[in-house]
Amino acid sequence: MTALPRVVLVDDHGLFRAGVRAELDGLVDVVGDAGNVGDAIECIVATEPDVVLLDVQMPDGGGAEVIRAVAPRRPAVRFLALSVSDAPDDVISIIRAGARGYVTKTISGPELADAVRRVAGGDAVFSPRLAGFVLDAFAGGEGAAPAVADPELDQLTAREREVLRHIARGYLYKEIALRLGISAKTVEAHVSAVLRKLQLSNRHELSRWAVQRGWLE
Amino acid sequence: MVTVSQTQPAPFRRDRSNGVLGGVCAGLAQRLRLDPLILRIGFVIAAGAGGTGVILYAVCWVLMPAAADGRAGRTLLARSIGRRESWMVASGLVLLMLALLLLLRALGLWVGDAVVWPLVLATGGGALIWRQSQGAAVVEPPPREAARPGAAATRPRRGLRVARPSPGIVALGAALVVGAALVFLWLNGALVPDRDVTLAVLVVVTALTLILAPWWLRLARGLTEERAERIRTQERAELAAHLHDSVLQTLALMQKRAADPREVAALARRQERELRTWLNAGSRRADDASLASALEAAVAEVEDAHGVPVELVAVGDRALDERVEALVAAAREAVLNAVKFAPGSAISVYAEVLGDRVEVFVRDRGPGFDVAAVPPDRRGLRESVLGRMERHGGRAAIHTRPGEGTEVELVLS
Repeated sequence: MTALPRVVLVDDHGLFRAGVRAELDGLVDVVGDAGNVGDAIECIVATEPDVVLLDVQMPDGGGAEVIRAVAPRRPAVRFLALSVSDAPDDVISIIRAGARGYVTKTISGPELADAVRRVAGGDAVFSPRLAGFVLDAFAGGEGAAPAVADPELDQLTAREREVLRHIARGYLYKEIALRLGISAKTVEAHVSAVLRKLQLSNRHELSRWAVQRGWLE
Repeated sequence: MVTVSQTQPAPFRRDRSNGVLGGVCAGLAQRLRLDPLILRIGFVIAAGAGGTGVILYAVCWVLMPAAADGRAGRTLLARSIGRRESWMVASGLVLLMLALLLLLRALGLWVGDAVVWPLVLATGGGALIWRQSQGAAVVEPPPREAARPGAAATRPRRGLRVARPSPGIVALGAALVVGAALVFLWLNGALVPDRDVTLAVLVVVTALTLILAPWWLRLARGLTEERAERIRTQERAELAAHLHDSVLQTLALMQKRAADPREVAALARRQERELRTWLNAGSRRADDASLASALEAAVAEVEDAHGVPVELVAVGDRALDERVEALVAAAREAVLNAVKFAPGSAISVYAEVLGDRVEVFVRDRGPGFDVAAVPPDRRGLRESVLGRMERHGGRAAIHTRPGEGTEVELVLS
């Protein structure tokens, strides 16, 4: 990619927006920012950025609401969730709403810019923690797998599991590719497949997992 | 009760809360600083003179907007209709009671004409009392004075006045109930001294219950509300105490140590972890003796002692036993090693439970080293990590090369 990815920042903390703007200066092209759900929708629809950096917890419905409102009108815009929360229900719900990845706010500027570039290029971005959640959510399929579930969507392949475990262990995509003897593109394809499963799999597995953990009633 | 804003000239507005019909006179009087009675008399006289007053009043009613706080304000007309609701309910119930008695009589379930009057009176009186009591219980909250600081001082508390039970009506209701009891006793001849005392006592108790029950109910409801309020206050106090002890304390410390960025970062990190633990306390399973929580504690301890962030990701969990404890201790040693030999690098710990198999990976992005070149007397890795794992029937492996960071793999199966 030659041009810098165009980015809109959505966060209800002005101070944080300013900080991220400064950190990303020169690495991406920040074309707009917004401090609430309504402004965000307007801004994204007007500027049509490549990537929206999206806070999960905001008044009036949060990041998920922004995705729901924008996605039908601007399907090309991709979302990367950026949040202080590492609570599993926040992470999983924003991913299921359609975000292409999830990173926590403690991420460094260059790492964040890298994540933005990946998302702009159509890849998914999994932090080690998100990878851990996904493994946890899809674990225990053996023996407990429901007969009605779609096995394609409700289970991870051995390879996908292996890739996720490496992400959770703190490896970068290219290191994973090297270790597993596959190309970096294949690693990315695996991660995207996992993201798709996470978004489309029928709720059964995920909600069972959440209930088990006491996050849902 | 002309209390609204004496200092600034108010625009012409109808004052519905002090008015009789539409509040026109009250509003005008307020603006002109006159007694509304004078204006009212004026309007009545004008009305007598060919109806001019009526037309004038109607025009004023249409032209003058109601005062802004018209929500709580009600004219005398509206208020008396409101009171009349009690009467309507009472008479409705009386009619219902009569209908019921007629029905019973038609069906042949009849004890005698003696019960008709007492029952009808008691129904009417009871309805009045209950109606009044319920009205008071659902009293509309006073207007939000706090929300409008300027208006707070001058605003009469109208919301309360409207729904407060009228003592007259309540007294009348009570009198009706007592009267019903007396009529009943009299008709049964119980007022003659040598008659059955039990019946008299029973009737008095019934009458008292009918009269007092609404207040008891309200008292009980009030107590429940008070209890809820107390719980809310307690929760708030607990939250405040927690924030004082933790967050404010840390913020103060950070201000003092502002010159030392490393320490500030460590403080912030520690506070963040503590707050997350506290926030998740309600949702996470709170068994302390599990692999994940033991690892969490070990990682936290290292973070605190060395001010280095360590990212822990755990998938699955299992109860602690001797072997798992050894694994945690080995992992802790590996993290300490990473802190020592890979300063400033990110450290991640990944633990996964797969059935009986437990795997822990400790990874850093430091300079790495040549395993063969490590002197045999270096106890850190060899003894505390490799040796410990082997003694407990597990195994450990170190993956590293100069320039590629280090990963310690611990397996228990």
